[in-house]
Amino acid sequence: MATIIILIVFGLFLAAILTGGYNKKYLERVQQNWLWEWITTVDHKKIGVLYLTAGGFFFTVGGLEALLIRLQLMFPDNRFIVGDQYNQLMSMHGTTMIFLVALPLLFGLMNVIVPLQIGARDVAFPFLNSLGFWLYFSGGLLLNLSWLFGGAPDAGWTSYATLALNEFSPGPGVNYYVLGLQIAGIGTLISGINFLVTIINMRAPGMSYLRMPLFTWTTFVTSALILFAFPPLTAGLFMMMFERLFDTNFFTTHGGGNVTIWQHIFWIFGHPEVYILVLPAFGVFSEVISTFSRKRLFGYNSMVFAVVLIGFLGFMVWVHHMFTVGLGPVANTIFAVATMAIAVPTGIKVFNWLATMWGGSLRFTTAMLYAAGFIVMFVIGGVTGVMLGVVPADWQFHDTYFVVAHFHYVIIGGTLLGILAGVYYWWPKIFGRMLSEKWGRWNFWFFYPGVHLTFFPQHFLGLYGMPRRVFTYPSGYGLELNNLLSSLGTILMTIGLLFFLYNAVWSLTKGPRAESDPWDGRTLEWAISSPPPEYNFAQLPKIRSLDPWWAEKREGNRGMQPAEPLGPIHMPSSTYLPFVMAIGFFISGIGFVFHSVRVGVLGLLIVIVTLFIRSFQEDEGFHIHPEEEVKGT
Amino acid sequence: MRIEEETSTVAGLPAEPEKATLEGKNKILGFWLFIAAETTLFATMFGTYLALKGESLAGPTPGELYSLPMVAAATLILLTSSLTSVLAIMAMHRNDAPGMIRWFGITILLGVAFLGLEAYEFYEYVHEGHTFTSSAFGSSFYLLLGTHGSHVLYGVFWILALMIQGRQRGITVQTAPKFYVASLYWHFVDVVWVFIFTVVYLMGMME
Repeated sequence: MATIIILIVFGLFLAAILTGGYNKKYLERVQQNWLWEWITTVDHKKIGVLYLTAGGFFFTVGGLEALLIRLQLMFPDNRFIVGDQYNQLMSMHGTTMIFLVALPLLFGLMNVIVPLQIGARDVAFPFLNSLGFWLYFSGGLLLNLSWLFGGAPDAGWTSYATLALNEFSPGPGVNYYVLGLQIAGIGTLISGINFLVTIINMRAPGMSYLRMPLFTWTTFVTSALILFAFPPLTAGLFMMMFERLFDTNFFTTHGGGNVTIWQHIFWIFGHPEVYILVLPAFGVFSEVISTFSRKRLFGYNSMVFAVVLIGFLGFMVWVHHMFTVGLGPVANTIFAVATMAIAVPTGIKVFNWLATMWGGSLRFTTAMLYAAGFIVMFVIGGVTGVMLGVVPADWQFHDTYFVVAHFHYVIIGGTLLGILAGVYYWWPKIFGRMLSEKWGRWNFWFFYPGVHLTFFPQHFLGLYGMPRRVFTYPSGYGLELNNLLSSLGTILMTIGLLFFLYNAVWSLTKGPRAESDPWDGRTLEWAISSPPPEYNFAQLPKIRSLDPWWAEKREGNRGMQPAEPLGPIHMPSSTYLPFVMAIGFFISGIGFVFHSVRVGVLGLLIVIVTLFIRSFQEDEGFHIHPEEEVKGT
Repeated sequence: MRIEEETSTVAGLPAEPEKATLEGKNKILGFWLFIAAETTLFATMFGTYLALKGESLAGPTPGELYSLPMVAAATLILLTSSLTSVLAIMAMHRNDAPGMIRWFGITILLGVAFLGLEAYEFYEYVHEGHTFTSSAFGSSFYLLLGTHGSHVLYGVFWILALMIQGRQRGITVQTAPKFYVASLYWHFVDVVWVFIFTVVYLMGMME
C-alpha cells in the first residue's frame, strides 16, 4: 500500500516535469497560474502570507483535535474517543500546535514586518526564505498524513524514549513524528539564520541596534535561540530514528542505552523553544501597547536587556521539566533557582508595559484588547510557573492537569494572544485592507473569556489529582464540574475564532482599503504604502532616532528622509528549486517512515541534485526602476 | 548592492573579493552562524558518546579497540588538507584561479584518503564485533564518527563542484564567497575531527 502511494506520487511528479518539458503550451499555462507565482516567490512579504496561511490551516487542524479531546473529557466515563485514538489526538494536538502553528504564524509576522522595520528591501537570503517555508510545509504535511496512512504518533508531543520505541509504539506513528519534525526543523533553522543575518547586515543607515523596534529585537534573540536549540533536537531525532529503523541502542536499557539522554536532549531543545515561542509575542505587545498608548515604550533599554537575559537564561533551566527523574537534590536546586530567576526579567517587562500604558492616551482597538488581556493572563501563567519551579511542590504537580493549565496559560496567553494582536495590528499593512473592529470585538469577547473558562478550572483539576494524558476519569471524585466548565470554554473559544475567520474573509473581499498609517504608528513599516511595493523602499530611509516614523511626523515631515538617490533596485528572481527540494525531502521522509531505505535515499538524491543545480545557477536577478513608477502615479 | 556597483567599476578584483558585495558578506556571516548551529549538533553527539562509551556490553571496550597509528595518520592527513585549503584561498586572493583549483584538488584528494582510512577502520571494527547495533557504545560511536565522515564526504563533492565552477567562471565577486565559505566548512570539519581525536581516541586509549 505504502510503496504504491510513493510510486504514484513520484510518477505524478516525473510526469509533471516531463510533460511540462515537452509541451511548451502546458508549461506556459502552469507558469501563468496564480499558484505558480506563490510556489516560486522569494518575496519576503508573500512568504510571510504563505506562513500565515499554512499556519492557519494547521491551527484549524490542531484546534479541531483539541475540541475532540475536550468533548471526550466533558463527562466522566465517556466512550467517545477511547485509548489509542485519544493518545493520537493528544500527541498530534501538542506537536501540531508547537511546531506547525505557533512558530510558523510568528514567522509569518516576522517575515513581513522585520525587513520593513529595519528599512531593508528583503531578507538576506530570499532563496533560503522560500526553502524554509516549503520544508516546514512538507514536514507538517508529512506529519499529518499519518492520520490517513498507518496511524498518528501516539507517544505524546515529547515522545519519551521507551514509550516511543518500537516495543511500545509499533507501527509508523512515531516515525512520522521523527521525520516530519526533522524536515520542518531544518526549515526552522534556515529561517533563524536568515533573520539573524538580515538583522545584523541589512539595517538601513542610522538604524543602530538600540534604535531597533522591540519586535525586531525579539526576532533577533528568538533566531539566536533557534540557532542553538534546534540542532540538539535534530541530533535527538536522528537517534530516535536510528533506534526505530535500525535497532540501535541509544535508549534501550538492555543494549546499554540510557532513556534520560532523550529527556535531556529533548528539553535542551524544548525549554528554549518555550522562549522561542513567547519572545516574539513580547515584541508584538511592545509595539501594540506603545502605539495604542501614543507613548514611547517605557524603559526601552531595560526591555532589550530583559529579552536578551531571558534568552540566555532559557538555556539554563531545562531540568525543571525533569525534577521527578531523580537527578538528585543538587541538580534540582540549581535548576530551580535558575527557573525562578527568569521571573525577574519577565517582571521587568510586565512593569514596563504597565508603565507604558500609565498616563498614555489609550485606544482600545482589538489589538490593544489582546495586549491588555495578555498581561493578566501571562502573569497568572508566570505565577504558576514559579510554583512549578519549586521542586517539592513540583513533585505534587508533576503530570497533573495543573501543568496543562500552566503551559496553556503561557502559550495561549503569550504566544497565541500575541499572534492575534499582531495579526489585528499588521493586517492592514500585510493585506492592504482593514479588519472590522466590530467583529474584532466579538472575536475577543468570546475568545478571551473562553480561554480562561477552559484553562482556569484545570488548575483545580490538577490539584484534585487528575493526571494529564488520560482519556477519561471516573465520577464521584469531584472532577465533573471543572471538566464540564473546561469543555464549555473550548466552545466559546471556537465561536470566537469563527468570528475572526468571518472577519478575515469579510476584510479580504469587502473590507475598506487601508491607508499607509492607519494606527498613527511609530515604526518604519507605517512610513510606506499598505501593502508595500515589491521593493519596499524606493529609497532606503535615513534613521534618526528610536521610533523613526513618529519622530519624522513630529517634525512635520510627510515621509522618511532618503539615505540614497533614486536608482534601479536589484531584485532576486523567482525560483521553483526550493519547492522541488522540499518534495525531495518529503519523498525521502515517506520512504523512511515505511522502512524503505531505497525510497528514502531516492528522495535525498533529489535534494542533493537540486542543491548542485542551484550551486551552478547564475542568478543575476533583475532591476526595478522606481523613479518611473513614481512618475507614473 | 550599492557596494557591488562600486566595485564592478574598478578594473580587476578587489582585495577581498569574497566580502566585496552585500551578498558575499551575508553568505559568510550566514555560514558562520550555520557553523555555530553545527557545533551544537556535534556537541550533542559528543555528550551522548561520553554518556554511553562505557556501555560496550560483550563487545570490545574503547581501550581494546582503538589503534593510535592509523588514527594519527588520518589526523595528519585531515590537518594537512586544512593547510591546503588555506593555500587555495591565498591563491584566490592573488586572483590565481588555476592555483586555487590545484590546491582545492589536493584538499579533496586528502579528504578522500581520510575517508578511505576511516572506511578501513570501520571495516576492522565491525569484524571485531563493534557495530552500530552491538551496544550503546557502538551506536554513539558510529553516530558521531558517521556524522563527521558524511560531512567530509559532502565537502568533497561540494568542493569538486566549486572547482568546476572555478574553471568555468574564474574568480569573480559572485564565485569568491562560495570558495571562501567552502574552505570555512572544511576547517570546521577538521576542528571537529581534532575534538574527535582527543575526546574519542586519546581519552579512549587512556582507559
